[in-house]
Amino acid sequence: MSNNPQLNKNGDLEHLLTTEGLPAPILLNILDTAKSFVGVTERDVKKVPLLRGKSIFNLFFEPSTRTRTTFEIAAKRLSADVVNLNISASSQSKGETLLDTVNNLSAMHADMFVVRHSQSGAAHLIARHARPDIHVINAGDGRHAHPTQGLLDVFTIRHYKRDFRNLRVAIVGDILHSRVARSQIHALTTLGVPEVRVIAPKTLLPSKVERLGVHVYHEMRQGLKDVDVLMMLRLQNERMLNARLPSTEEYFKYYGLTQEKLSLARPDAIVLHPGPMNRGVEIDSAVADGRQSVILPQVTFGIAVRMAVMSILAGN
Amino acid sequence: MQLPDAEQLLIELAASLRPDITQNTALVGIHTGGAWLAEWLHQHLKPSLPLGTLDVSFYRDDFAQIGLHPQVRPSNIPFQVEGSHIILIDDVLYTGRTIRAAINELFDYGRPASIRLAALIDRGGRELPIAAQYVGMALELPWDKMLALKKSAWGKMSLSLHDKRRDNE
Amino acid sequence: MELVIRNGRVIDPKNRIDAIMDVSISAGKIMALGAAPSGFHAQHQIEARDLVVAPGLVDLSARLREPGFEYKATLESEMRAAVAGGITSLACSPDTDPPLDEPGLVEMLKHRARNLNQAHVYPIGALTKGLKGEWLTEMAELRDAGCVAFGQADMPLPNTRVMMQAMQYASTFGFGVWLRPQDTTLADGGVAHDGEVATRLGLPAVPVCAETLALSNIILMARETGAKVHVCRISSAEGAAMIRAARRQGLPITCDVGANHIHLSEMDIGFFDSNCHLVPPLRAISDRDGLRGGLLDGTINAICSDHAPVDEDAKLLPFAEAESGATGLELLLPLTLKWAAETRIPLAAALAKITLEPARILGVDAGHLSPGAPADLCIFDPLQYWTVEPAVLKSQGKNTPFLGMELQGRVKYTVINGNIVHEDR
Repeated sequence: MSNNPQLNKNGDLEHLLTTEGLPAPILLNILDTAKSFVGVTERDVKKVPLLRGKSIFNLFFEPSTRTRTTFEIAAKRLSADVVNLNISASSQSKGETLLDTVNNLSAMHADMFVVRHSQSGAAHLIARHARPDIHVINAGDGRHAHPTQGLLDVFTIRHYKRDFRNLRVAIVGDILHSRVARSQIHALTTLGVPEVRVIAPKTLLPSKVERLGVHVYHEMRQGLKDVDVLMMLRLQNERMLNARLPSTEEYFKYYGLTQEKLSLARPDAIVLHPGPMNRGVEIDSAVADGRQSVILPQVTFGIAVRMAVMSILAGN
Repeated sequence: MQLPDAEQLLIELAASLRPDITQNTALVGIHTGGAWLAEWLHQHLKPSLPLGTLDVSFYRDDFAQIGLHPQVRPSNIPFQVEGSHIILIDDVLYTGRTIRAAINELFDYGRPASIRLAALIDRGGRELPIAAQYVGMALELPWDKMLALKKSAWGKMSLSLHDKRRDNE
Repeated sequence: MELVIRNGRVIDPKNRIDAIMDVSISAGKIMALGAAPSGFHAQHQIEARDLVVAPGLVDLSARLREPGFEYKATLESEMRAAVAGGITSLACSPDTDPPLDEPGLVEMLKHRARNLNQAHVYPIGALTKGLKGEWLTEMAELRDAGCVAFGQADMPLPNTRVMMQAMQYASTFGFGVWLRPQDTTLADGGVAHDGEVATRLGLPAVPVCAETLALSNIILMARETGAKVHVCRISSAEGAAMIRAARRQGLPITCDVGANHIHLSEMDIGFFDSNCHLVPPLRAISDRDGLRGGLLDGTINAICSDHAPVDEDAKLLPFAEAESGATGLELLLPLTLKWAAETRIPLAAALAKITLEPARILGVDAGHLSPGAPADLCIFDPLQYWTVEPAVLKSQGKNTPFLGMELQGRVKYTVINGNIVHEDR
């Protein structure tokens, strides 16, 4: 196997492509730095001059206004110049390859690429072939990884639970297609969470998922027992079309999070969701807006975590 | 080389600050040494405004050369900066670049009425037009030495001198 | 022309020969092994001290990309690659553009190949028109044009009735039917083995049962129809076990495996290495070991190069979008030797998998050194190391999972019909 493509020869973070294989000190440094940025985002002037003069390109080969906006805000709060490119529409349809596009943009003196693509491995490919001084942040590639989302989730958990080392965490929903779940699992296991559970019907679990270090549950009530953290995943509608599920109603009944099922978890359990939510499909409105929900703080922390990742990469 | 007693200097520094503490004076320590000093001064001078701390990592001018400081701590300014009289506190005043960064950061919290500077040691070597109003002691040091404040496990503060590493600032 | 190959270690699996001796060649045929017959005067000689003199290699699966895909490779480039790899006979698959479903296309290909005067090319005809899996091709006509068997290459044949009838029709004439077992819907969109690596990397997966389910259809239909079935590029341990069981029950089914699959596993994909995007996918280490076991006990008859040259741009894409395939003609010998060395198999037994056995499956007189046989030979240095690099490869396709690796075993001379068609300097 090749060397870790995310680290430079000094072992510093060069690209953020996945949470898998990153040493715990690197993850903790991102979380610590993000904590300082939370303070910045609460001030009147929500901006620091750290990345003045740097150009960050948001390369979105798959449309996503939400994610792109959080990266854009993060970059602007670091005083970087931001260029947004939605590439699905323009060059790709003219027969230009992914790497053609990347080479073109490299020539425009980019310092950092934030990449979103529908294919697993696209960010790795770009990191391998972009000019060596360009840092790449994976903002979601296929089903593979969404590391900044995984990191903001563990940041949120640390904010509320302080320590990772005696937590039970359950991830509920479409693990098979979820890049978020994969990034969460690797971040949680690296940071020493002793028990990570995944809860889903068999059609939404990839094979050998237990090799990622998780415990598999098919019955939600069992899986939620005594957990400290619930991480809900979004259910895409096309799962019904390709015969993985019969209906959203049946899914909600067996895997949707209701106040009643939540009561099986520990009384101080928190509920996370990467958004956008399907209310009444994977989560009941009463839970989403309830006392134990930390879904809105997740969004705030998301900006701080992305600021941290950008400034650590730009400095390495 | 015999270094001065940091705690003795701190008592003297407190004495020179005391007459200038008013209703609207805020003490702000710069991480790490300055924050320890500010904490001690805050306990002893008892200004009415709460203590502030700054980590200037996000404002440093050497980011492009050395990257982000490995352990950034959150800045904490728990008072209204607008209109306040701030006394910045640092352990060793040298090039003045840290103070420049700290002043910039303070202005992102609001427009203070004034900013003054207190330093335990002024070792000269300024690269910016910055001066301290309160100084514990002025000290000449060889350029290849680093001077920093240390704090022991039981809270005793002392000065320590070590060689400047080539790869470090 | 008369040629003598002196002092080489002659290995001929068919005639159970493994000894240092001379080989005399006359008029394109093997004349004698050992002492030259009286009155034989060679005009040319090859000094083969420290070299192995083996039958020319026979490859069951080479895509020459002509006609239709000349931007990937041409007949010229790939025929040069074949002889550089010691291959003197090869079966080419029908997935050209247009596919080999008409006698005219087959004759044209045979003609072009003959003019190049290199390896013998044996086309596999399309089993169904346009490889679409709907109508049968004119198999008898295609046989007369030069096809040695019929298959679907990597195109699906989801209609079991068409598959059954194709086997019945082929068996009427005794034609071989070559099929790669893969259930179309289960494999749909998949690009990697359904296991730990696909789960980690988030790659759409092909489960083992996509292979075994289709294989079970093939085995049952072969039994029902009596068709002479050859299973191409088996990829799983369970698949190999099914063939073993079918053979034990007396079914004369044969089987081959790609050279990459006896060495590599899903783990070699690493961080999305598109050179490891192969069809069928690289499976678990236990599968690789099962395939090795199948080779050892004869369940798997032959190793093929599974040569599928791909142009550079088609590999510089995210893993799933990158085109599958790897260049293989020049790696068949070293990868077979590597397998033999790792599993401590005698050289003669290993060479049988790339000479005698595939020639039997093809039904052609090749892969042995009996006097009177066509003088097709591969003369190689079994110890010489070489590095797999684009500049060294004659194939137009430069992609292989072994790129940059050092392999042992280098072809020094290739002889076809008594002519030296390749010499490594």
